[in-house]
Amino acid sequence: MSFLVVKLVSQRIALGLMLLLAASALIFVGTQMLPGDVAQTILGQTATPEALANLRAELGLNEPALSRYFSWLGNAIQGDLGTALTNGKDIAESLSGRLGNTLFLAACAAVVSIPLAIILGLLAVRFRNRWPDKMISAVTLATISIPEFILGYLVMYLVAVKLRWLPSVSIVRPEMDFIDRIEAIAMPVIVLTFVVLAHMMRMTRAAILNVMESAYIETAELKGLSAFRVIASHAMPNAIAPIVNVVMLNLAYLIVGVVVVEVVFVYPGMGQYLVDHVSKRDVPVVQAAGLIFAAVYIVLNTTADIIAILANPRLRHPK
Amino acid sequence: MTDLLNVRNLKIGAHVVPPQGKPFDIEIVHGVSFDLAKGRVLGLIGESGAGKSTIGLSALAYGRGGVEITGGEVSINGRDILKGSVGDLRKLRGHEVTYVSQSAAASFNPSKRLMDQVVETCVRHKLCSRSEAEARAVTLFEKLGLPDPKNIGSRYPHQVSGGQLQRVMTAMALCPQPDLVIFDEPTTALDVTTQIDVLAAIKDAIHDTGVAALYITHDLAVVAQVSDEIMVLQHGNTVEHGETDQIINRPKEDYTRALVSVRSIEHEEKAPTDAPVLKIENICARYPGLSADVVKNIDVELHAGQTLAVVGESGSGKSTLARVITGLLPPHTGQVIFDGRPLSAELAVRTKEDLRELQMIYQMADVAMNPRQTVAGIIGRPLEFYFGLKGAARDKRVNELLEEIELGPEFRDRYPAELSGGQKQRVCIARALAAKPKLIICDEVTSALDPLVADGILKLLLNLQKIEGVSFLFITHDLATVKAISDSIAVMYQGEVVRYGAKSKVLAPPFDDYTDLLLSSVPEMKLGWLEDVLAHRKMESAGN
Amino acid sequence: MSRIPTSALIGLVFTSAYFLAALFAPLIAPYELGAIVGDVWEPMSSEHWLGTDGIGRDLLSRMIHGGRTTIFVASAATILSFTLGSTLALTAVVVGGWVDMLLSRFIDLIMSIPTLIFSLVVLSVVPVTLPVLILVMGLLDTTRVYRLARAVAQDVNVMDYVEAARLRGEGTRWIVFREILPNTLSPLVAELGLRFIFMVLFVSTLSFLGLGIQPPAADWGGIVKENKEGIVYGIPAALVPAFAIASLAISVNLVADWVLSRTTSLKGGR
Repeated sequence: MSFLVVKLVSQRIALGLMLLLAASALIFVGTQMLPGDVAQTILGQTATPEALANLRAELGLNEPALSRYFSWLGNAIQGDLGTALTNGKDIAESLSGRLGNTLFLAACAAVVSIPLAIILGLLAVRFRNRWPDKMISAVTLATISIPEFILGYLVMYLVAVKLRWLPSVSIVRPEMDFIDRIEAIAMPVIVLTFVVLAHMMRMTRAAILNVMESAYIETAELKGLSAFRVIASHAMPNAIAPIVNVVMLNLAYLIVGVVVVEVVFVYPGMGQYLVDHVSKRDVPVVQAAGLIFAAVYIVLNTTADIIAILANPRLRHPK
Repeated sequence: MTDLLNVRNLKIGAHVVPPQGKPFDIEIVHGVSFDLAKGRVLGLIGESGAGKSTIGLSALAYGRGGVEITGGEVSINGRDILKGSVGDLRKLRGHEVTYVSQSAAASFNPSKRLMDQVVETCVRHKLCSRSEAEARAVTLFEKLGLPDPKNIGSRYPHQVSGGQLQRVMTAMALCPQPDLVIFDEPTTALDVTTQIDVLAAIKDAIHDTGVAALYITHDLAVVAQVSDEIMVLQHGNTVEHGETDQIINRPKEDYTRALVSVRSIEHEEKAPTDAPVLKIENICARYPGLSADVVKNIDVELHAGQTLAVVGESGSGKSTLARVITGLLPPHTGQVIFDGRPLSAELAVRTKEDLRELQMIYQMADVAMNPRQTVAGIIGRPLEFYFGLKGAARDKRVNELLEEIELGPEFRDRYPAELSGGQKQRVCIARALAAKPKLIICDEVTSALDPLVADGILKLLLNLQKIEGVSFLFITHDLATVKAISDSIAVMYQGEVVRYGAKSKVLAPPFDDYTDLLLSSVPEMKLGWLEDVLAHRKMESAGN
Repeated sequence: MSRIPTSALIGLVFTSAYFLAALFAPLIAPYELGAIVGDVWEPMSSEHWLGTDGIGRDLLSRMIHGGRTTIFVASAATILSFTLGSTLALTAVVVGGWVDMLLSRFIDLIMSIPTLIFSLVVLSVVPVTLPVLILVMGLLDTTRVYRLARAVAQDVNVMDYVEAARLRGEGTRWIVFREILPNTLSPLVAELGLRFIFMVLFVSTLSFLGLGIQPPAADWGGIVKENKEGIVYGIPAALVPAFAIASLAISVNLVADWVLSRTTSLKGGR
């Protein structure tokens, strides 16, 4: 590993941490420092002045903003995410089980969609501009034109109601074994896969096409190498970095998709937790959940950039 | 001598898919025939669009992009390769016929080591064992004059220079001991001082291995050094085909004659006048953030109505000098004196008059013009901006300028995309002239053009200089151009002026080392030039 | 005028149809927005072309009125994000220097949080009125428009013809409006279409989650939310907005593709 690579990777990690910090500040600003009275909005027009004063005290709105921010952040780093306004439960406790569920759902969707995206991308390039390519393009276009929640109900309608293959909600309990879990989440995974696949497909196709049209692929063909060798030995090593980059960037769609899908299928994950508490205007919960989602997103993007750095031969072996 | 390659009535077409409208087919090579015997070198020469690369690639039964071989026969060792199966083609390519492309940098896989790529064909085609292939490769590296031949194979493409990569590519083509090698403009992208070494290396390698070769280029002087026969192509047709000696010394066709006599423009040198129109005093400049100067201690002058050629290879700093003069890169030392007055170092501070008197023409005319403006708009804007000309007065002046650049008023409403390369550059010249400047900086204005078109532009510029009395600062890497049009010359090397003065003085010995190297590296249109130069250099280094 | 390919034509026809329906909604909807005119979840009939919803309101009328809201909000937010994003991007490119760096870093920062999450966070503390919704959606999406517009404008900015204009002494206004902008129009207009589609999907998602258009106003996302219970009983009322959203999105996509393909037209401009 060359010194240059180490330096660039550390720089990128540092940038990621800074972004995380800044994101936490943004979330804090977004919930506690917008114009208008937070307490008023939460309690509505009919709130009594005492109720407002109590809420403000509870939320700590009387303290200066900066100190509030630092105490919130400090607690969060140590694992204390505060207590929910609506039911007084400790947020970190409520979140931990749900976080696991959400990650499990997202991981299953990722495991299915990533290989599919690469295979379909290869197919689309192999049959470039012919009917398999056009068909894949048409299907992905249709998929990204439908919001995830509608896609969810469509799948639910077809699979659970009309075909009766699966239950229509995805209740997952801690005591379920692996197979039961998979059955319960099959539909949300299908929906998520569709969504992420549609976005990833276009980019994997473009990344593979870009590599296949390079001059060194022509050189390999003119050397009389077999098609398999050209793709496996010459194209793939150079395609891995852009494809991984695409995959990581699109996994970010998973984060957004997961929120909606959990609501549609009533899945006990972080997404449903967040949405419920947004309508209830439970600010501490929203802050905590928002922070975690943002953190995952930033980690994914940082990893994508780091992989791009590591895979660049010019950086690994400088002159 | 048996024929290695027989081409009969070769027709090649292209499938064009315009963004609007229906796709259509056009023929780009119209029935070309030739033979090549074993061990002989045939040079394919022509301007861009002549079809030479396309014909070269047909020896591999390959068409790039939407190009397809539509008719005729191509036989290698007696077999028509166009009728072969995919498997036959795979056996042919990389084994009997190999290819050296123009840009080695793009043609090597950036993630693999050089040795792996060089021995790949031998190993995959099962011609010999890996260790034997590597031994062959090292021998070839030595023969081709590469530094550290035993270890260079373990490097990656980006760790090696352009000239070296080109030689490694040649080694890769020769490693499987093919019958025929196609060299597709192998030295076009290289500096002239690198070119001569690579050319010598290629010629030696061809001679040693006894391989036959197709050498494709647009530079007749280069091809005259390496080939036994030359075939001249134009618009997909054969213009002339004969022994090198005959083509160079006794060309039969007009087109061939024009190619042979390129850059033989006569231009009498003018003596310097009293006050220079441009004086560059002790300029040193560097790009922001970098610690080293890109140009150092530049002291040159340019007189009214004359041409100062600034010549150098890539990295010499000549384009940077242009940026300093135009105010895009303020120098940290020295000043530019224009017409007797010092010119502000920064563009933003200069007056409109200052800006008007100093104009610039760029190398790539396609990107130097706004694609959404018509020719009349492009030429008319300086008239409006500097002189306030509008309406009929402006139109009249635009038409006058169009006449001066040898295009007519019918070009007024055309867009840049509808013009040829030479026409585009003419419009850029008119745009510069419209401001009635005292000095025009020409930044490699003919480098991207075909030799005959470039000649036309140079003649036009000289003519305009006579009529309008404008001075030119002509930046170029091409010595032939310099000889043709300059009155004084400044040779730049690594940011400094190493030789400066009137043309006759600069081009006459005794030379400094770099100028000697530069001048002697420019290929001349005569047989045996390469051997002479190399022998001369050997003698010099033996004498030292 | 060069021929318009069939796909783009279909796209144009459908898109105009939707916008016209949105414009003239009160005139063409058979029933009032909130009127209860039938039984719960009636199937399609001649009185109710799409049947009725969970409370007995005519679904077609709700779709037409809802379409007006959805398209209005999406258009307003798109116009906001597009003008703000392009203006900031052009400024950053032409002025350059620390202005460019500051703006770009700030935009990167906002983009480090996914749009949906950020909107949910913000919407949990602000009153969810129509102007607020448009503002939140528009401001957040400005980041994406900025990114694209800046990339496109920067590509043009480094061209020799822009440098030639600078060397001539042209002022900033000329450079922006006569040199850079005309050559970035095609990709920008195509992007306008894509942002609009995103806004339609986004506002529908927000309404579905209960944080977008509030009742009694209707929009397509809200209609899904209102009728989702029916799915379990085999009633497809909640899927009707799917067709509307998907067809609108696909149509605009086809038009955007066509605009993009015109970038390499005879004029050779972008």
